Amino acid sequence: MTQTLPNRREFLCSLAGCAAAATAAGCSDLTHTSWFRSRFREMSDDEKKQIVAGLEQEHTAKFGKPVEVGVEPPMQGVEFGYALDISRCIGCRKCVYACVEENNQSRDPQVHWIRVLEMDKDKGVDFAHANAYYEADKVPSEGHFYLPVQCQQCQNPPCVKSCPVGATWQEKDGIVVIDYDWCIGCRCCMSACPYGARHFNYAEPQIPAEQLNPKTHYLGNRPRMKGVVEKCTFCIQRVRNGRYPACVEVCPVGARKFGNLLDPDSEVRYVLEHKRVFVLKSELNTRPRFFYFYGL
Amino acid sequence: MRLLAPLALVVALGACDQAPHRASWPGVAGAAAVAPGEKVEVPPPPFTEGAFPCTECHDPAIPTNRTRRPMEMAHVEVVLKHDEQHRWCLDCHAAENRDKLQLASGELVDFTESYKLCGQCHGDKYRDWRVGVHGRRSGAWNGHKTYLLCVHCHASHAPAFQPQAPLPPPIAPARLSASRDPRAGGGR
Amino acid sequence: MATLRHFADFALGSLRIVTRGNALYWLWVSGLLVLIAVGACFYVGQLDTGLIATNMRDQVSWAFYIGNFTFLVGVAAAAVLLVIPAYVYNWKPIKEVVILGELLAIASIAMCGLFVTVDIGRPERFWHLIPGLGLLNVPNSLLAWDVIVLNGYLVLNFVIVTYLLFSLYRGRVPNKKVFLPLVLFSIPAAIAIHTVTAFLYNGLPARPFWNASILAPRFIASALCSGPAVLLILMQLLRRFTRFEIDDRAIWKVAELMAYAMAVNLFLLGAEVFKDVYSDTEHLVHMRYMFVGIGEHTAIVPWMWLSVICSLVAFLLFLVPKTRAHPVTLNLGCVLIWLGVYLEKGMGLVIPGLTPDTLGEIYEYSPSTTEVWIAAGIFSVGFLLFTLMVKVATPIMLGEFRVGGAPAGEASATPGGVTLAH
Repeated sequence: MTQTLPNRREFLCSLAGCAAAATAAGCSDLTHTSWFRSRFREMSDDEKKQIVAGLEQEHTAKFGKPVEVGVEPPMQGVEFGYALDISRCIGCRKCVYACVEENNQSRDPQVHWIRVLEMDKDKGVDFAHANAYYEADKVPSEGHFYLPVQCQQCQNPPCVKSCPVGATWQEKDGIVVIDYDWCIGCRCCMSACPYGARHFNYAEPQIPAEQLNPKTHYLGNRPRMKGVVEKCTFCIQRVRNGRYPACVEVCPVGARKFGNLLDPDSEVRYVLEHKRVFVLKSELNTRPRFFYFYGL
Repeated sequence: MRLLAPLALVVALGACDQAPHRASWPGVAGAAAVAPGEKVEVPPPPFTEGAFPCTECHDPAIPTNRTRRPMEMAHVEVVLKHDEQHRWCLDCHAAENRDKLQLASGELVDFTESYKLCGQCHGDKYRDWRVGVHGRRSGAWNGHKTYLLCVHCHASHAPAFQPQAPLPPPIAPARLSASRDPRAGGGR
Repeated sequence: MATLRHFADFALGSLRIVTRGNALYWLWVSGLLVLIAVGACFYVGQLDTGLIATNMRDQVSWAFYIGNFTFLVGVAAAAVLLVIPAYVYNWKPIKEVVILGELLAIASIAMCGLFVTVDIGRPERFWHLIPGLGLLNVPNSLLAWDVIVLNGYLVLNFVIVTYLLFSLYRGRVPNKKVFLPLVLFSIPAAIAIHTVTAFLYNGLPARPFWNASILAPRFIASALCSGPAVLLILMQLLRRFTRFEIDDRAIWKVAELMAYAMAVNLFLLGAEVFKDVYSDTEHLVHMRYMFVGIGEHTAIVPWMWLSVICSLVAFLLFLVPKTRAHPVTLNLGCVLIWLGVYLEKGMGLVIPGLTPDTLGEIYEYSPSTTEVWIAAGIFSVGFLLFTLMVKVATPIMLGEFRVGGAPAGEASATPGGVTLAH
């Protein structure tokens, strides 16, 4: 693969000239370097270093603070799992906004990776009557319970299957990632996802510089560009360094549990073995790594 | 059940996991975070300012009035909403030494170990809490995690979780572009 | 060498032909050019601000562009309707118009390509789809397969048409051994392009409205009934404005075949309605949204009923021989059938599939100004392409546009018509 890269660059350089001329008016961010960037999975370590250095420089200049872009690989012997206690969730949405801050989501247009659905207790888990736009003086409100939904990091992900260019794949630790520089923005994956977990940048993402989280990962929370898809990555920049995802840490009622499914002593294994667990839309055979349970 | 498949895989692969096994808690197969008898490391209890040490006012030498009655001189603000039909202050607070709490066995425990007191009635929560499945934790999923005391989230005298104001809902898709491209918008 | 010289003459001659025409022709072409320019302006704007210029959002992430794309793939596939009777059953009156069908297919595929290009978020990354340079995710991704079959179909049609027209231009009888296998191959190819597009929708279990086995047969049926409508109108225009002689029987036969295709289409629609309404599961909500609305969300309902009514009326007009034969009702039928299928397969497939979304939310989508003008621009590109190609092809088929200029040439060219040797 590395052998073909120089030829590809030369070829694409000449195309770039034509393409730039043809679309000069519209493409304000058609930078020469990112246009023929290879797919992350095919990059050599040296190439990764080079590109990361370039990105760090670019983002540091743009946001006025030192930005790190990590490329930490999956840890050995780790497959992540997540468990969410819906008997406890009170629908406060602290997870939603902690995620926005941690993962540098666009504030305008607004992108939320987590969606909290208010459901009726007498209907149970029923998406047809769910409401993501609930407002209340206090939550939990009478007769309702709350079901937050984010990327389920399925073991059999329909989004990965549908991507025509292989811009999204599942890593060894179970996280389904997106190579933002490879995605063409066709949104097949969004049609394929049964959980509404994938989100598109309809415009150039806007993040106030002071709110940017400078510790990023290439496949995770680095600043994205318009026209590409993004989604929850279990805070890949945190979990590959041993930390909990932001949503797990911020939840005031401790409804969110996270850990290594391969570790028999982990919290998430305890939940799977001792609690009443279910997954969403199990009939679709996506086999999520995201389990819901009733802790109380 | 579909869940058995990933579980079976996970259990099978668990044979080659890297993390060392910690001590087992009887009745809870291979899942204890803290062994019985081992003290749990927690942040300091959330005392009201100036409340501790209680023995500054409650001199052990003074005999205790064990009659159940409403407070008049001090601790008036404490309204017990926690099995108040059957219990009052001295059922949890050790009468002889107000710097300690008392268990059903008569054993006295520090406020830093108040979970032992709560665990007497709330055994299932206590068991879950020890394993890390009940309540909030921060730290590393594969390393050191901090525990909180029960009372850090559940006010000891009125432990029921109070409803709180939610953060704002997401912007509806029809209004997403309102601040951006004025050429777009809901419909023509 | 002679071939190259002839090809250069052919190219120059074609250029001369398309730059000459009467007032009506120039009015038509100018109108299309204006629409193309307007569409291009809006596209530049969309490239600048992003797809926020459309009304697509996460809840309805495919909409007008992809709806039009789906409809046009059907039109492209419909050229096969004319190829089957012409070559398989050796039906002489239809053979002469097969070339027109393939020109329509080329124009349609061009429009399909444009609609997909304006829909994607990073069009400059198109090279990611090219195997070798990028990564084309076959066999897993249906969109990747669609890229392969659509481009292949375009090349196939282009080769067939160029071969036939260039041969006729040179006064040579087209060699059956060359074009017949290609033409016969184009039948399964046409079925393939539309089936792969259907599978693109069909293979998404997240969307129960689309995840139905009936989708691929329905696509073929609706394509077969709508695509030729354009050709029927075109054939009548050619008959009126050029010396092209087209047998009435050819036109009536095509209309009759369209009626049968519409019968199948309506039957399949009925089957889908039965399944959803009788089973009365949660999946009914999508069909309900289409035909009744949900709560106050009823914007799409009148359009869907319009589609059904147009389709039914067109079906009857084509079925009854009297109305089929009469030019007014025939053309009315063509317009109605095109409209009916356009609504049903464009917005009527994409929007209800995504509404309510996977988490039960209803976002009522309607196209934005940008989307409408870009779509108009793309349709104009297709119409212009088709116009120019037909303008060149017609004199070739009539024997008027030949190497050396004069209509004299091979004796096999019959005046006023064209014989494709068999």
